[in-house]
Amino acid sequence: MIQNIPLSYYLVISTLMFFIGIYGFLTRRNLITMLMSVELILNSVNINFVAFNRYLYPQQLEGHFFMLIVIAVAAAEAAVAIAIIINIYRNFKSIDVENVDEMKY
Amino acid sequence: MLTVGGILLTKDLKHSRLVSAIGMGVQLILSFVLVYLYLKERASGNTAAMLFTYDALWFPTLNIHYALGVDGISVAMIALTGIVVFAGIFASWKVTYLPREFFISLIILASGVFGFFISIDLFTMFLFYELAVIPMYLLIGIWGSGPKEYSAMKLTLMLMAGSALLLVGLLGIYFFSSPDPSHLTFNLMQISKIRIPVEMQRFLFPFTFIGFGILGALFPFHTWSPDGHASAPTAVSMLHAGVLMKLGGYGAFRVAIFLMPEAAHEQAWIFLILTSISVVYGAFSAIVQTDLKYINAYSSVSHCGLVLFAVLMMNQTAMNGAIVQMISHGLMTALFFALIGMIYGRTHTRLINEMGGLMKVIPFLGVVYVIAGLASLGLPGFSGFVAEMIIFVGSFQHTDVFHRVITIVAASSIVITAVYILRVVGILLMGPIKNDHFLHLDDAKWYEKISTITLVLAITAIGMAPFWLTNMIDYSLAPIVEKLLSIQITSLF
Amino acid sequence: MADYTYTLLIPLIPFFVFLLLGLTGHKMKPVVSGLIGTSGLGIAAILAYTTAFKYFWAGHVAGAAYTSLKAFEISWLHLTDKLTIHMGILIDPISVMMLVVITTVSLMVHIYSIGYMKGDPGFYRFFSFLSLFSFSMLGLVLATNIFQMYIFWELVGVSSFLLIGYYYDKPSAVAASKKAFIVTRFADLGFLIGILMLSFNTGTFDFQTLTDPHGPAITQAAGAAFMGMSVLTWSLIFIFVGGAGKSAMFPFHIWLPDAMEGPTPVSALIHAATMVVAGVYLVARLFPVFALGAPDALHVVAWIGGFSSLFAAVIACTQTDIKRVLAFSTMSQIGYMMLALGVSGFGGEEGLGFMASNFHLFTHAMFKALLFLGAGAVIHAVHSNEITDMGGLRKHLPITHITFLIACLTIAGIPPLSGFFSKDEILVAAFHANKMLFAIEYIVAGLTAFYMFRLYYGIFWGKNTHYHHTPHEAPKVMTIPLMILAFGSVFAGFLPFKDLVTSDGKAFESAIDYWIAVPSVLIGVVGILIATIMYKKETAIPDKVAGTLKHLYKWAHRKFYMDEVYLFVTRKIIFRYISVPLAWFDRHIVDGTMNGIAGITQYAAYSIKGLQSGKLQQYAFVFISGTIILVLIFVYLV
Repeated sequence: MIQNIPLSYYLVISTLMFFIGIYGFLTRRNLITMLMSVELILNSVNINFVAFNRYLYPQQLEGHFFMLIVIAVAAAEAAVAIAIIINIYRNFKSIDVENVDEMKY
Repeated sequence: MLTVGGILLTKDLKHSRLVSAIGMGVQLILSFVLVYLYLKERASGNTAAMLFTYDALWFPTLNIHYALGVDGISVAMIALTGIVVFAGIFASWKVTYLPREFFISLIILASGVFGFFISIDLFTMFLFYELAVIPMYLLIGIWGSGPKEYSAMKLTLMLMAGSALLLVGLLGIYFFSSPDPSHLTFNLMQISKIRIPVEMQRFLFPFTFIGFGILGALFPFHTWSPDGHASAPTAVSMLHAGVLMKLGGYGAFRVAIFLMPEAAHEQAWIFLILTSISVVYGAFSAIVQTDLKYINAYSSVSHCGLVLFAVLMMNQTAMNGAIVQMISHGLMTALFFALIGMIYGRTHTRLINEMGGLMKVIPFLGVVYVIAGLASLGLPGFSGFVAEMIIFVGSFQHTDVFHRVITIVAASSIVITAVYILRVVGILLMGPIKNDHFLHLDDAKWYEKISTITLVLAITAIGMAPFWLTNMIDYSLAPIVEKLLSIQITSLF
Repeated sequence: MADYTYTLLIPLIPFFVFLLLGLTGHKMKPVVSGLIGTSGLGIAAILAYTTAFKYFWAGHVAGAAYTSLKAFEISWLHLTDKLTIHMGILIDPISVMMLVVITTVSLMVHIYSIGYMKGDPGFYRFFSFLSLFSFSMLGLVLATNIFQMYIFWELVGVSSFLLIGYYYDKPSAVAASKKAFIVTRFADLGFLIGILMLSFNTGTFDFQTLTDPHGPAITQAAGAAFMGMSVLTWSLIFIFVGGAGKSAMFPFHIWLPDAMEGPTPVSALIHAATMVVAGVYLVARLFPVFALGAPDALHVVAWIGGFSSLFAAVIACTQTDIKRVLAFSTMSQIGYMMLALGVSGFGGEEGLGFMASNFHLFTHAMFKALLFLGAGAVIHAVHSNEITDMGGLRKHLPITHITFLIACLTIAGIPPLSGFFSKDEILVAAFHANKMLFAIEYIVAGLTAFYMFRLYYGIFWGKNTHYHHTPHEAPKVMTIPLMILAFGSVFAGFLPFKDLVTSDGKAFESAIDYWIAVPSVLIGVVGILIATIMYKKETAIPDKVAGTLKHLYKWAHRKFYMDEVYLFVTRKIIFRYISVPLAWFDRHIVDGTMNGIAGITQYAAYSIKGLQSGKLQQYAFVFISGTIILVLIFVYLV
């Protein structure tokens, strides 16, 4: 069953997810949405890892492990990011990224 | 065996720690010890012909050593530094704002200078050079006066630009330091034994020479010096003009000319013109300045120009003169800046037009100022005369018209020097007292007397009996000049 | 050969006195410091007399030539393989003669100063400077080599600077000291260049080697020619520039009149008797080189000397400050000495000019010191330098009057006073060498007599000026030196200079040439007579004469505007057109370039700082676009 689905399908999906994520990251002004876009990007990479691992080296599990690490990191990252966002909200009374441009020059 | 230089260095580090721990009282005593050590070292340096060397592999991949060693020239320079630092500490006795940090920076600066003079490894030399420059920024920026941030920035940036050029030069030398690429070395003595390809020399010599020249206030890269000096606190001006500018001359001679003699011969004329411009130009500029420190800074430009000038003459006599001039100028200018600091501390102005008749109220400082002035304009009996005469006689040994004319041009600076020195002395010390509150000024305090008398004694000692100094230098110069001469001959054929 | 090592003490004693007084003088009583200074010099003077006696008479075989010998020498500074600076003591006729002159005049001045400077707050300072000067001057004349001479030459210059500026709270004195130092320093540059050239070409600094008639300096004289003259000639001309600076020859004379701002004893010692003749001594010292190696340079010396003497004599006729009159007179007399050297030849009777010059140097030191000290006594009495404030002083100051008169007669060349002999020798030498120069000197002789007696009558005769308080004769400590010097002025002419001080050390014979002596005395007498008519009583003649020669008078009175020319050059050209623009150039162009580089860096930073917008999404966009572009490039290329 699985063998019937070619690798390229997975890759198309992951590429789509990746660029949707990029698009969301670049266009959304809301920090939460941007964070979600980053998650999307990460997950697209995860799909790639797993798919390549399954199709190219079915006997090895490095891709899966790496995917798990990425998920763990993503979870930690989400926690830190949300903490930052809450702090930003407290300071700026907004989570619009346009307003957070103090770190320039 | 540790080198005496190494001992000095650790002493110094301990010194700075002690300073931060106990304070200025110990500083005084240790400075005495330091000066005593220099003198002892000089005595032994005189008897032993070869340098006390100490070599530790420091960074094996690039074959960088922590190599130290001294010869007559560096001993003389170290003695100079010792005296100036000693006097400088006394001159800044009354630093009230963050004194601990001030002295620490001062000592770091001094260790940089000491390290520079005793290094025979190009890389450590460069390292110490940087070590000397950085505290300068802090010292001027924090304890300075006037537009201190501007001056500190300018000084540091220009010196950094110099060291960037220098780094290019030094790395260039490094990569050509041995025909076998696996045996590259930074060691000065080893490099001096081989010949760097002439094409490379042509390319590297200007980098190295200008790099050091910036520090030696070579025209037109001298403008950091007046601003820097004017803004720096007394002791820093003393150390800076007295010692740090000498790194330039010392380096130009030790590295640029010693290692790349062929290129030096070829390109000397350009730099000779620049240095003789420095000499005369600095002196003329000094005539019209109204700020005491500016006058002295331009005078330093002129005198340091003479050092580089003599170095470029590339014969034994002139080089000897260059080194005596470095020492002599170091002492004189340190004395000047110390005096200016003391006078400023009393009158709260450095503009000569606002002062007058100070001889009446502060006779001690007045007399010492006159002595410093006379020494600076080259009066026999003081070190300046000896140095200038050796330089002029030395440079006159060249037979061609170019060198002669340029010698005469440089020699004419002695007249201009007399003009600006006497102008200052006349306005500042003589004549009627201009300002009533000057009537109640106190004459020198004991610590100020120690500071100035040390310097005056050193100046007169060299002036009266120059032979031991020149003999000591001559001895160490001989191999260098020999190399220069041998190469001159081979390049002729 | 007699041992002269003890002569080392002659310069060293004043040096130690200088150190002693300079360092501890402020704790002494003024009189003590004065006595220490005077006794120090007294010992030096006694040693100098002993040396002179030993050298000229006791230790000398009659008829033999006087040789020069080195009493002492150490190596001071090694320069090159060939050149080493030595410090030593050279004993030969002229140095011994100078020793006597310097110690005598200096001793007199020391004694005199105890009275003259009484009550001055800087008493000890004055004496320590005087000792410093004596030390340097003695070191100068005893120098064994030209470089040692240069060293002491500079020291003499600085002690002169210190003494002229002794009244340092007086702006005119400060300005004068500065001027003296800078002008002579400028000339010294010439000296230095001359030394460099000479030493390079001959390979030695040593006087004995240099002046050896068969030595390298003279035999290899020509050397390379440069611009039509040999290198030797050039170097000697440069050296002479130094001498001219110190001896106040035209055009370096401008410092000398101003130097009169110093205390009068100083003027007597430095600016009349000793330091200003250093230039003459220098030429005399190198005379064989001049005469045998570079006669062209000697001509320069002669003409500069001749011109200076005329120039100064004309100015002296119009000055009203008595010390300035004497200053110009000094310049004029030194011109005589220079001229005498310039017209002299080497050896035997040819060397008449050389002998005459030294002779005149000797007698001039006596009578000019006397004149200055006398003028000092007058100034001491009336507290003014201006001749217009004086008159009829002969009743008040009898001793000063008599000694001053003797000095005036001496300088006017009236026999049998010493000035007659020495001046006559100079005229004879000039007559044989160059008629034109002779004519100049002849006129100058008349002018000298005229202006000296103008001064004399102006001070001691003329109108009876009313004084605020009656002038009184100076104390004994001041008048005794006057009498001693007067004695010297009268009898110094009988010293057998022909036997003692000659160009080649050998004695020669020459008799007084009446064809020259008589007219020269006559013109002196005429000068005196004219002055008597014009100034003995207060008359209108001087004004009338000044009126008819209005322009000449005005020009001479303003010293031919030489000061103005110098001021123009220094203040306008050097200060305003060189230094000021240069400083501006430094601040704005050179430093501006550096600042400009910094500015460009900063500008660049400002213009690219917009990239650091703080907008996260912008960064991300750039980052991603960059990545994509890189990937595309990669894909396309690979």
